[in-house]
Amino acid sequence: MMRIIATVKIALRALRRNKMRSLLTMLGIIIGVASVITAVSLTTGATEQVKSQVQSLGESVLTVFSGNFTSGATRGGWGSAPTLTVDDALAIAKLPNAVAVSPEVRDREQVLANGLNWNTQVQGEGPDYPQIRNWHIASGVMFTEQDVRSLAKTAVIGKTVVDQLFPNENPLGQTIRVRNIPFTVVGVLAPKGFNLFGQDQDDVVLVPYSSHMRRITSRNFVNSILVQAANDQVIDEVQQAITETLSSRHRSREPDFTVRNQLELMNAVTATSKSMGFLLSGVAAVSLFVGGIGIMNIMLVSVTERTREIGIRMSVGARAADIVVQFLMEAVTLSAIGGLIGIGFGMLVSTLIAYFGKTPSVTPAVWIAVSFASSALIGIVFGFYPAWKASKLDPIDALRYE
Amino acid sequence: MSAVIKLEEIHKIYHTGEVDVHAVRGVSLEIQRGEFVAVMGASGSGKSTMMNMLGCLDRPTKGRYLLDATDVSGLGRDELADIRNEKIGFVFQGFNLLSRTTALENVELPMLYVHRRIPGREQRDRAMKSLEIVGLAKRFDHHPNQLSGGQQQRVAIARALVNQPALLLADEPTGNLDSQTSIEIMGVFQKLNDQGITIVMVTHELDIASYTKRNIIMRDGRVVTDEAVKNRLNAENELKKLRNAQEAVNLA
Repeated sequence: MMRIIATVKIALRALRRNKMRSLLTMLGIIIGVASVITAVSLTTGATEQVKSQVQSLGESVLTVFSGNFTSGATRGGWGSAPTLTVDDALAIAKLPNAVAVSPEVRDREQVLANGLNWNTQVQGEGPDYPQIRNWHIASGVMFTEQDVRSLAKTAVIGKTVVDQLFPNENPLGQTIRVRNIPFTVVGVLAPKGFNLFGQDQDDVVLVPYSSHMRRITSRNFVNSILVQAANDQVIDEVQQAITETLSSRHRSREPDFTVRNQLELMNAVTATSKSMGFLLSGVAAVSLFVGGIGIMNIMLVSVTERTREIGIRMSVGARAADIVVQFLMEAVTLSAIGGLIGIGFGMLVSTLIAYFGKTPSVTPAVWIAVSFASSALIGIVFGFYPAWKASKLDPIDALRYE
Repeated sequence: MSAVIKLEEIHKIYHTGEVDVHAVRGVSLEIQRGEFVAVMGASGSGKSTMMNMLGCLDRPTKGRYLLDATDVSGLGRDELADIRNEKIGFVFQGFNLLSRTTALENVELPMLYVHRRIPGREQRDRAMKSLEIVGLAKRFDHHPNQLSGGQQQRVAIARALVNQPALLLADEPTGNLDSQTSIEIMGVFQKLNDQGITIVMVTHELDIASYTKRNIIMRDGRVVTDEAVKNRLNAENELKKLRNAQEAVNLA
């Protein structure tokens, strides 16, 4: 058996002899691998971004919406029916593994301050809201349980509201007016950016839910209840417990509420990226197959062209296996180099697209390894037949070949 | 002293289409160590088939072939490849060097296929020694297309020698060369033979055959003549004569 290094050297020399042809042969593999790497990088980047956005909703969070409100033939959406109460929230808070609970009341209001006004979302929440949403207070403090009990007129505002109402000013301690009721700004939320659906999460004013219900909207039901489970493992258990608790509390024939958990959203995202992965694998398989056929074609030509060389090698004692290894190595070198160029090219292209398209691009190391391995494998698979054919040549005929 | 080649009733029949071609019909002969044999014959006489069988490129249909005391008539493809590698050095009419590969690398080629791995340095040393023997060490880094026909054939001879074979087989080694270069190549063969190397050569040129020691003439697949060469030519003397003649022409 010839030594591997010597074989690789022979292969490289044979490929250098026909630089243009080698390059064109590799082109199939290069394009295939490059497109796979580009697509993978961009979808992985997008998926990672969505994942981090889902995570920004908070960890292990469940949301309880009230049922839909039906008036005549008109049906309101989730959260429209007056079925969820603060007492429901307090009952949920007593459940094991429900570590934090915040009743939510939402309303759009015109907010005045500082001689300026701004229409924004005014949200009644509990003091645990920042913890549940994994949202930091940039300056100041969150309102407290005491504020909730005393229907305090305190507010925590988002970055966008600060920009609109208090440009060039420290909002802490200032007063904002909602329906002419003065609220004192005690805290400012850290900027969170846009959510999955493109909404500006920083365009918000948080007030104690009790103050919201009594002072602003005068109602005795909440839109939804945010619940944080101890961890992702117990999230289903907590969901079950919430459903049971509320069912027994409401005693309605049909469930007048719905519980969603964030894991479902995450799973939807992962499912999307999984099916994307299958699609990409299909594209990769087809393009690598086409590239492989190109390699097989050129290797067959090469074997015919070098029939005499094969005869010479056989006459000085090359065994069939030596000839197989030589041509196989040549095919593998060709496809592996093509794979490497394709990986480099794909990473370049995806980086450029990411740069100019302002989208994230992440090339997972495992895909680099997979691309390289599969292009080398293509060389073995499609190089085998030509190599085998070469090894079966009759030395006498091969030597006489013109 | 054992024979390098011992043939016992060798037959070769080609089954091509409807008619069987009986190329070699019962050849028996022995070639001893140190002999220098020319096999001659018209085309179709079976000499090329004989050569292929002697070179272990082809197997006899019938009969026994002992090469260096090993029976090779029943060996498989890979075993024959090993025999060619260890015991036979080939020199062809068309030189059969690898193009775009240096003379040195061409000479190293047979060592690539030796089972016992030969270190790179030893390969190089042995190849250089081989090139020195044929007087081409200075051109070790030349490619075949930078060498004359005679020089290419010398590289081929160096390649044939590098694994120290028991037998040097030459198939019309001077067929592509002019007469002076042909004599030079025969001079190389005579020198090698004087050092004890056994050479079997196929040729159809009578004057080339008279540089050898023994001539075998084949016709219709049989040996018809097998005799020692009476008036053996010496390549060195012939070259001297040729040069003198050329000088005489120039002077005239």
